[in-house]
This record gives sequence, C-alpha cells and structure tokens, in this order.
Amino acid sequence: MSTVTHHGPGDTTTVAPARSAQPRPVAEFLSTYVFSKDHKVIGLQFLFSTLVWFLIGGLLALAVRWQVAWPWSDVPVLGKLFAQEGGQMSPEFYTMLFTMHATVMIFLVIIPILAGAFGNFLIPLMIGADDMAFPTLNMLSYWFMWPAFFAFGASFFVEGGAASSGWTSYPPLTTNLGASPGSGMGQTLWLIGLTFVGVSSMLGSVNYMTTIIVMRAPGMTMFRLPMTIWAMFITALLQAFALPVLTAAGFMQLFDRTIGTGFFSPEGSIINNQMTGAGGGQPLLWQHLFWFYSHPAVYIMILPAMGMVSDIMTCFARKPLFGYRPMVYSVAGIAGLGFIVWGHHMFISGMNPALGMTFMVSTMMIALPSAVKTFNWLGTLWGGRIQFTTAMLFAISFVSMFIIGGLSGIFMAATPVDIFIHDTYFIVAHFHYVLFAGTAMGVWAAIYFWFPKMFGRTMNEFWGKVHFFLTFIFLNGTFFTMHILGAVGFPRRLADAYHYETFHHLQPMNAFMTYCAIGMVACQAIFAINFFWSMFYGPKAGRNPWNANGLEWTAPSPPGHGNFDIQPIVYRGPYEYSVPGCEKDHLMQTDPPLEHAVAAAH
Amino acid sequence: MRNRLAGLFWSLVFLAVPVLGVAVFAVAPSIDVWLPKDVSAHGKDIDSLFYFILALTGIVFIATEMLLFWFVWKYDEAARGDQKATYIQGSHTLEVIWTIIPAVLLLFLAIYQMNAWADMKMRRPVMKPTVEVVARQFEWRLRYPGPDGDLGTPDDLFLVNDLHVPVDEDILVQLKSMDVLHSFFLPNLRVKQDAVPGMKIPVWFKASEVGQYDLVCAELCGWGHYKMKGRITIESREDFDAWLEAKYREQEATQAEPLQEDL
Repeated sequence: MSTVTHHGPGDTTTVAPARSAQPRPVAEFLSTYVFSKDHKVIGLQFLFSTLVWFLIGGLLALAVRWQVAWPWSDVPVLGKLFAQEGGQMSPEFYTMLFTMHATVMIFLVIIPILAGAFGNFLIPLMIGADDMAFPTLNMLSYWFMWPAFFAFGASFFVEGGAASSGWTSYPPLTTNLGASPGSGMGQTLWLIGLTFVGVSSMLGSVNYMTTIIVMRAPGMTMFRLPMTIWAMFITALLQAFALPVLTAAGFMQLFDRTIGTGFFSPEGSIINNQMTGAGGGQPLLWQHLFWFYSHPAVYIMILPAMGMVSDIMTCFARKPLFGYRPMVYSVAGIAGLGFIVWGHHMFISGMNPALGMTFMVSTMMIALPSAVKTFNWLGTLWGGRIQFTTAMLFAISFVSMFIIGGLSGIFMAATPVDIFIHDTYFIVAHFHYVLFAGTAMGVWAAIYFWFPKMFGRTMNEFWGKVHFFLTFIFLNGTFFTMHILGAVGFPRRLADAYHYETFHHLQPMNAFMTYCAIGMVACQAIFAINFFWSMFYGPKAGRNPWNANGLEWTAPSPPGHGNFDIQPIVYRGPYEYSVPGCEKDHLMQTDPPLEHAVAAAH
Repeated sequence: MRNRLAGLFWSLVFLAVPVLGVAVFAVAPSIDVWLPKDVSAHGKDIDSLFYFILALTGIVFIATEMLLFWFVWKYDEAARGDQKATYIQGSHTLEVIWTIIPAVLLLFLAIYQMNAWADMKMRRPVMKPTVEVVARQFEWRLRYPGPDGDLGTPDDLFLVNDLHVPVDEDILVQLKSMDVLHSFFLPNLRVKQDAVPGMKIPVWFKASEVGQYDLVCAELCGWGHYKMKGRITIESREDFDAWLEAKYREQEATQAEPLQEDL
C-alpha cells in the first residue's frame, strides 16, 4: 500500500491470530467475528445489535400506544408477561414504557446505528483507508456497549422496574429514591448504562476524527470527501465536545442518589411525605447540563443520515450534488449553532424569560442551514435521471419527511406558541418526523444501498419497495395526526388523558394512530425476512452494483481484510455523474482525469 | 426501458404528502381536533402567531413538497429517454437567494414575537398574588389570602384542585412545588409554566369569559402524573367573592388545622 496512508497500530492488531502449527479454530473464530478489530466486522456488530434493540424499542412503543388508545384495557402478550393487575397496565408501568422506549431508541439505536454501524463500516472504505486509525479502541467502543445493554436490559427486572422519569431524567423525580417506583435501582442502572454508552461514543468519535484527518487516500482532499464522511466527521466533533458534559452531569445525578450530594435538590422539599436531604441544589442545573449535550445530540442523530441520503440521492439521480460546498457549510453551521440553542427545551422551565428570548433567536437561525440543505436536495433531483430503487425511495422520503419535521420546529421555536404546545403531542410529532421519518428512513436507505457492500449480495427490490410503501403510509398515519392532537394541547406522558374535559373526545383518533403503529411495526417483518434471506440467498452483487462513484465501490463486495486490492488514488470529487463528453454516466473517484483517459485510448 | 408506471406511482405517493397533509389540517377544526376555545386576554397573541406560522410554513410545505413531486414525476429515468441527467454542480445565485429569504423571514418572525413573549413572561403586573399554587404529587394545593389580603398570614384559605378566579381582572399566581417538577397548564387560557421546587415563579393572565375549564399537569411528576387534575372556575367578581367567603366560613367552621408545612 502507499506510504501516504499510515499503517497505524492497526496493522499489528488485525485478524492475524498467530498462525501457529496447530489450528486454533475457536480462537480464530473469536478474533474474526467476536473480538474483531476489523472496522467492517465491528460495524456489522453494531448494526445487528442496534437492529435487535430497534425491535425492542418498537415493541415498547406499541405498548405505549396501546395504553394511549385504550387505557386500562388488557394488554395482549405483554400484559401476561408483566402482569400486575390482571392483564392491565399500571400507570407506573406506563411511565416506564415511554421512558425506556425513548432511552432505547436514542441511546441504543439511533446514535450507535449511525455512528457505530455506518460510521465504522463506511469511513475507512469511503476515504480509501485499510482500517480505522485505532482498531483496538474501535473494538472497545463496541464492547463498551454491552455493559450498557446489560444495565438497560436488567433494569426491567429490578424492584420498581426500569427508569420511569422520562429519557430526560429530570430531578428531583430522579434524584429522590422515593419519588417514583422507577427512581430506585432502575434509575441507577439507567445512569450506569448511559455512562457506558457515552464512553463507547467517545471512543468512536476520537477514532473517526483521527481516521478522517490522517488516513485519507492520496488525492482525497477534504473537499473531495463524500457528504457521508463530512457528516460523520462533524458528528464526531459534536460528540467529543458535548459528551463530557452529559457524563459529568450523569455522575452528579448518581452522587445525588447514592451519597447525597444534592447538586440538583433544593432545600426543604417534602417528597412522598418525607423531608428530603440537605439540598442546596437546583433542578434547573440538570436541565441545562442535560440539554447542553442532548441538543447537539439531536444533530448527532440526524447529520449522518443527511450525509448518507445526499450520497444515495446523487447516485440514483445520476447527478452531482447540488451545492456541495454550501451543503458542507450548512452541516458545519448546524453543528456550530447546535451548541447555543439548548435553552429552547426550557422556555417554560422557570429559566429567566429574557434568556429564553436569546435562545429563541438562535433557534430561529438554526432553521436556516436546514432549509439550505433541503433546497439543495431538491436542486439535486432537478434535471436528474431518477432511478426508483428502494434506497432512492427511502432517500426521497427522508427529504419529504424532513421538510415536515423542520417546519414544525418553527412553531415550538416561537416562544409564545411554545407556551401552549410545549409538552404536548405537537412536540412528539415533531421529533418523530425528524428521528423516525427522517433518520430511520435514512438508515433504511443506507441499509438497502450498502447491503451489497456489506454482504456481497443485494436485497430483494420488490419486497424492499413493499416495505417502503407500507412503512411510509403507516408512519404518516401514526405521526402526522399527532400535530393536530398537539394543537388541542393533548399532553405527553399521560397514562390516561380522557378524564379531562378538553381531551375526552380524542380517543378514536388515538385508536387510529395505534392501528397505524401496529401496522408500521408489523411490516418490519418484511424487512427482517428480506434482510436475512438476502444475506444468504440474494443475487450476488459485483463490486459496484449501483454504478456509484465512491471509493467503497472499488473494493470487492464484501471487502476482505485491508479493504482494497490496490491503494486507491483519488482524482476527483465524489459526485461526477453524467459528466458531459464522457461516455460512461459516472466517473469513479479513482478514474484518472479525462484527458489522460483520452490520451491512453489513442 | 424501465416502466414509466413505476415512476408515476411513486410520484403520486409523494404527492399524497402535501395533499393529505393540507387535508388533515383543513378538516381538523371541523372535527374539533383543534386549538381549544380561548378564554384569555393574551391567548389571541398566541393563536394568531400560531396561525401566522401555520400559513408561512404551510406555504413553504406545499411549495417544497410540490416541487419534490414535480421533479420525481418529471425526471423519472423512464421519461427521460436517452437524455443524460443535467450536469450542474450548483448555483451561487440560488444559494444566496434561498439563504437570504428564509433568513429574513426567520429574523422577522423572531423579532415579531418578542413583544408577546415579554407580555406573557416578563412584564409582570404590579400587584399582590391572587393565589398561591403549590404543586405536589399528585394534586394542586391552593392558598388564597384571607380577609387581610396577604398571603402567608394565619387567615389564609386552603383548598385543593378547585381554582377560582374572577373574570376580566389581572390574576397573579405564585407558583411553587413541594416535591418534584410539575407544570401548571391551563389549555383554555393558554398558560403553561413549570413548577420548580425551590423556586417561586409568578404566572399571570386575565380571563375573558366565565366558565369551568381543566387544569392539567404537563410535566412528568411520577406514576400518578395522569391524574393530577384540577379545575379552574372563572366567574364574575361578585360570584368569586361570595365563593371565597363561603369557603372561608366553611374552613373556619371545621376548624381546619393549618398545613404542617409552612410554605
């Protein structure tokens, strides 16, 4: 390989278990598939783990929906498993369900599937490196997820159940052990799990930044990087700068709970008829620290999907990305502004209202780069030659749905309107449009698109499209209606809101949404079957089944250890589709300049 | 050549987004899944801002989604024949236009709403609190000043969940929490404010119509969060005074012990 790519510590630590005289099949299996330091295997480990948690999170969501649609009616299946009062759900069980649904989806699905699965799999392949800069660190970033899996998983079975104070974990509900059943051991396990997820993310983020900076193939300048890599790079920066704050806050909350530090507990509270401890703390401090991480985290949860969608769209529109540099700048703009908007989660929290006003202005401004990105995606479709593959359909729907999620954000950025819609289903609609209809659709696009590279086979297109169609219909049926529920002021997190005069007529609409949600989860069976069937029996894919331009498509499918047969050398940007005067409709990043090609032909 | 029908089908799927999206918002008010009746003086500001943003985002929503549909319809590979995709890498002019126009609109929106926000959360009326609301798991404890008009004196009136306020008068609520976070939410009065233990937060509004409405807890406060329900009764000054008087006499007659906690 070329001397330009550093052979980091990676080379000594890869799959090579000392080829000793006698074969050691178990050791070899373990080092190849379990404790692997190969970025592709680690990426797939992340992918499979997160998909399993995706299913768990989805089932939790269904249980939440069940209670919202038909409060206190017997829950099928789950009711028998966690039977407390017959088959009916208790209110504390309901609070646990939505807390753990959000926790699982955010910390065990979205963040690790974007950064862990796709970041790992794609970064070295797309920049032309043979592996990550720190393969051992990379392996650890996956294995640090397991204590988190155990902590979150085990918390369901401890006394009082799993954490049940919302994924935002606001004290004093969380810091006082008697405040709610889930504030016992479940909350401690939640904080421990969160810390491990944070360590995992941090290990990944350091690795991604280093790899992207130092291990790019010759000729791969920063402004020849595909959008996926730009997004992953900036996401890694966000993680690195925001995560320490959450980790510190998590420890503070843990100390409040275990050794009575009282960072977040004010003096003189009476919880559950008991005087609380020393006090001297402020509940709002947690909110500031938490959202200082968790608002940038919102962008950690969408930027990589935006990047991947940009790459998929250009490939199937057979057109260069419209406004590559503005796209890069707007990702950077979102990331930068993302650090100064956290207060918009706290407009009515009791924070100084004048401070709320400044957060309102910065929040309005962050809509700008998102708008620029949307217009550029539309510009990319304009004048294209669109191929309706499953990946493309998911990518287009990402844009279509992100428009909704982006625009609804303006309502809650407007502070007076937020007074009314805060903590209502309008918010729930907003973030599900961004995170499910946005990120999850982007992830599906990426799975259908890079599946051939991962497993050497393509997924079934027909069933892929059926999966897309049903998911698209059901997700809109579930989430779009939440906007108008929110307009009534229908509050989040209520086990039963129908005893309020204002909300008692909304049950039929909630029932409709629950039917759609059931359909949405059910049709994922098509995806699961397609995924596993194609892995083994799908049609074999060549190196470049989509005629795409990126470096990953010059490697074998699936790439062997070390990724490339020869060191790729990059001559051009990633979006040279339909170049005039060129016979092929795409020029790969490794294709030499046209003059040379012409000269060589003569 | 690929089948043109597939492209048409998928474009129509994407066309369904703006069509059904607008339809849902158009139908919602007629099936009563819409902003609840507003009975406050400041509610107009919130509602009109809501409608203004709805119109603005609605236009952008329809325009961008229709454009998306149109591009997907028109630039289908099957409809393009032998034509290559247009090789265009961007447009500086367009970037400038679609950066500046939204920037101006967003900045306008930001400045436009500042006054309403200041009225609702920053310009507190100069007066003594009408009532102190102390949230606790899972009820609203109310404390009205007794005949002396001052809170925190021995003649205070204590009630639970049954909030009464006079119509057409400035109301100043002193909001506290005894244990965890709660949120004081009056949907019909467009009022929402978190109650934070350790803080004394002023909330003010002016009711414009008599009637009885819901008082909802909007911030998760534990397992019984869903049932932390109160009622607000808006009534004329005379009715309010009479009610206060009757409740006060009731309290005196039952010799209710003052609350243990000195709040």
